[in-house]
Amino acid sequence: MEKAPDELKPVLELRHAAKSFGAVQALVDGSIELRPGEAHALVGENGAGKSTLVKILAGVYQPDAGSLLVDGREVVLHSPAMALAAGIAVIYQEPTLFPDLTVAENIFIGRQPLLPGRRIDRRAMLAEAGAIFGRLGVPLDPGRIARGLSIADQQIVEIGKALSLNARIIVMDEPTAALSAAEVDRLFDVVRALRSAGAAVLFISHRLEEVFAICQRVTVMRDGAHVFTRPVAGLAADDLVRAMVGRELAAWQAGLPAAPGEAILQVKRLTREGVFVDVSLTVRAGEIVALAGLVGSGRTEVARAIFGIDRYDAGTVAVRGRDLRRASPTAAMAAGVGFVPEDRRQQGLVMEMSVQQNIALASLRQLRQAWLIRAAAESRLATDWAIRLKIRYGRLTDSVAMLSGGNQQKVVLAKWLARRPAVLIVDEPTRGIDVATKAEVHQLLVKLAQDGVGILMISSELPEVLRVSDRILVMREGRLAAEYSRAQATEEEIMSAATGQQAQAL
Amino acid sequence: MTDTLLRREPPETPAETGSRRLAERVSRIRESGIIVVLALFVAVTAGVQPRFLSVTNIQFVLVNTTIYALLALGETMVVISRNVDLSVGSVLGMSAYLSASLFGQHHGIPIPVVFLVGLGIGLGWGIVNGLLVAAGRVPSLVVTLATLYIIRGVDILIVGGGMVTANTLPGSFTDIPKDTVGGIPDLAIAVAAVIAAGAYYLRSFRSGRELYAIGSNPGAARLAGITIGGRVFTAFAVSGAIAGVVGVLWAAQYGTVDSTAGTGYELTVVTAVVVGGVAIFGGSGSAVGAALGALLLSTINSALYVLGISDFWDQAIAGFLLLLAITIDRIISVRLTAALRLRSTRRAT
Repeated sequence: MEKAPDELKPVLELRHAAKSFGAVQALVDGSIELRPGEAHALVGENGAGKSTLVKILAGVYQPDAGSLLVDGREVVLHSPAMALAAGIAVIYQEPTLFPDLTVAENIFIGRQPLLPGRRIDRRAMLAEAGAIFGRLGVPLDPGRIARGLSIADQQIVEIGKALSLNARIIVMDEPTAALSAAEVDRLFDVVRALRSAGAAVLFISHRLEEVFAICQRVTVMRDGAHVFTRPVAGLAADDLVRAMVGRELAAWQAGLPAAPGEAILQVKRLTREGVFVDVSLTVRAGEIVALAGLVGSGRTEVARAIFGIDRYDAGTVAVRGRDLRRASPTAAMAAGVGFVPEDRRQQGLVMEMSVQQNIALASLRQLRQAWLIRAAAESRLATDWAIRLKIRYGRLTDSVAMLSGGNQQKVVLAKWLARRPAVLIVDEPTRGIDVATKAEVHQLLVKLAQDGVGILMISSELPEVLRVSDRILVMREGRLAAEYSRAQATEEEIMSAATGQQAQAL
Repeated sequence: MTDTLLRREPPETPAETGSRRLAERVSRIRESGIIVVLALFVAVTAGVQPRFLSVTNIQFVLVNTTIYALLALGETMVVISRNVDLSVGSVLGMSAYLSASLFGQHHGIPIPVVFLVGLGIGLGWGIVNGLLVAAGRVPSLVVTLATLYIIRGVDILIVGGGMVTANTLPGSFTDIPKDTVGGIPDLAIAVAAVIAAGAYYLRSFRSGRELYAIGSNPGAARLAGITIGGRVFTAFAVSGAIAGVVGVLWAAQYGTVDSTAGTGYELTVVTAVVVGGVAIFGGSGSAVGAALGALLLSTINSALYVLGISDFWDQAIAGFLLLLAITIDRIISVRLTAALRLRSTRRAT
């Protein structure tokens, strides 16, 4: 049953919201308008500001500017609890449930129906939860414990919780990223049920075919700002992709690529069940290969498997023609592989240690004399690399936590460069660092390649990918979807391959 | 526009119950497992030494259990919320000495008043623990390890080389552990009732369920608007208060109280709780299970005594049971997760 949403008054309006974190302006002009009974898509590239907008609706962030209207009245949401009270519920990609409690208790925790004497009415609670699932058309047992539920079922539990709270605005933040096709279909049925009951659903997804399948209107964001809001009918996928990308390419280009040398890293048919399938790639000496794709497409997982952090089920990883032992970072390091992880604070650095100790961390074996680490040698090594990478610091003995994000990233790079790696894997090397340092990191990567290091770079920023890399591999849902040379690639093509808009033969 | 989805309707009955039955059955297996081990010990010991099943000995074991089972009740509340209270032994010791010495200082002091004093001492220390953990955000392992030593130190300062002896205590007080109804010690009946009440509270009241929620996933508990600090504080206050009351019972049972009373009890209690199936990282377990754990430990203790086996074996067996319980929990949890996951995928496809 189709309604004419145009005639309905918006249930939620966000007008010209802005939000910055320090020097980074995550949201410049975020606007969205939701009408009862519609499924409204929000699309944009990684970093376009969608997540910030969602967190403002969820009451997690408070906007620096702009206004939020629910039912035409201006509201200020100071906390997630206030957002819920205003009727806004957010379903995250990976919900956080209580694994030891039953599904029904997860829905009603703190609000369980009571018997006289303030005792919990367990039967009523189970029955109410069962009724909610019945209306959603999902056969989920409310009495089982939440441990072991699939991600899809966990989302259903969260949706059930939203309904039990009478939420009328349901925000789904990339709900389908981890779901199978059958689970996506079931979620769509739930979305339809929510719509026909008059709820507004804000649906965030990278998969454009899902936007066309389930949504009535779509809002496109780019660089933290609203681009347009239009009915989905009459739009083509190309229109959306163009609107999402449509930015001028930055002028800076790396120098000519050095002639690639021998193949240093060879990955053949690497497979980890349910995560990535049949990934084959080669990185030559002096070459920068980018691994592009959407967040969740399996890029980081492939890199972790190559470096031996995670297991893989099939395939081989070889460095200079010799197979690496599986699941052994030590073996990978011995073969000359370095790995700069995505999350430098958690995985790249020991925040409590000094700049000097962090730089020396991967080179302790070389610094050791008679089983003792010589402080003087450690300091020499750290000074050397700090100068080469232009790390800005107070003293080498200061805690690394005192450095800026960009300089922290340089410390992680220095740690691996001090080992003189043959292959360097960098995962999101410039995430969250300022523009000037970003350019320095790009130049550093190019210079390393010119010195003969093979670099595998994972990046979600297409301008970065196009600027730095010699070859671009695009992953989509755990598989390699396309390959381009730098001369061939455009942002539109990479985005289309990453979102699956066109089948691209390898 | 139909509005059925957002309005609460008269509930229907849920359809599928297989996974629930599985989860419930497993938790029952966990408790019946303790009973099986218990029965085994009793049977073997009684076979070798029939005196083990004499009325006196059974009464002795039951009364002995009450102390640990009560402490285990408070400890269970704390452990379920992903914390631990290591100060219970020291609290017991201080409460035992201070309350028992009241009889010597104030002749004819009513026994309920003495219990109230013990409760007050325990509650006080429980509040200290609770404040440091909840408001100070210090890990409870560190806080209660510190108060374990502090309370014992203060106790030694107060007691010095002195002790309370049984002849200063009124007969009606030292008879508390000895009174029986139909052969069963009054004390055991009272404690069983308290534990049943505690178990019912944890099962059927919002604040009780919230302790499980906090232990199961603190982050989600915060998002759900549960006042974590308040609930954890209460758990420590209750655990302390129980330890205070148990101190008075301890004095009644043993009669002689010096500065070492209750030393090391915290470890026995934590062992009883874990052997009884309470997850050491919180989120699951029951007060009844913990009480059964306490019963098992004191039965083993008595069995070895009756069989004339060295005390050393008592500790070794307790340690072995702990490892066994943790191993079984680990296996069950892995299997259960796998089984539940299988059910969900089978249904989804």
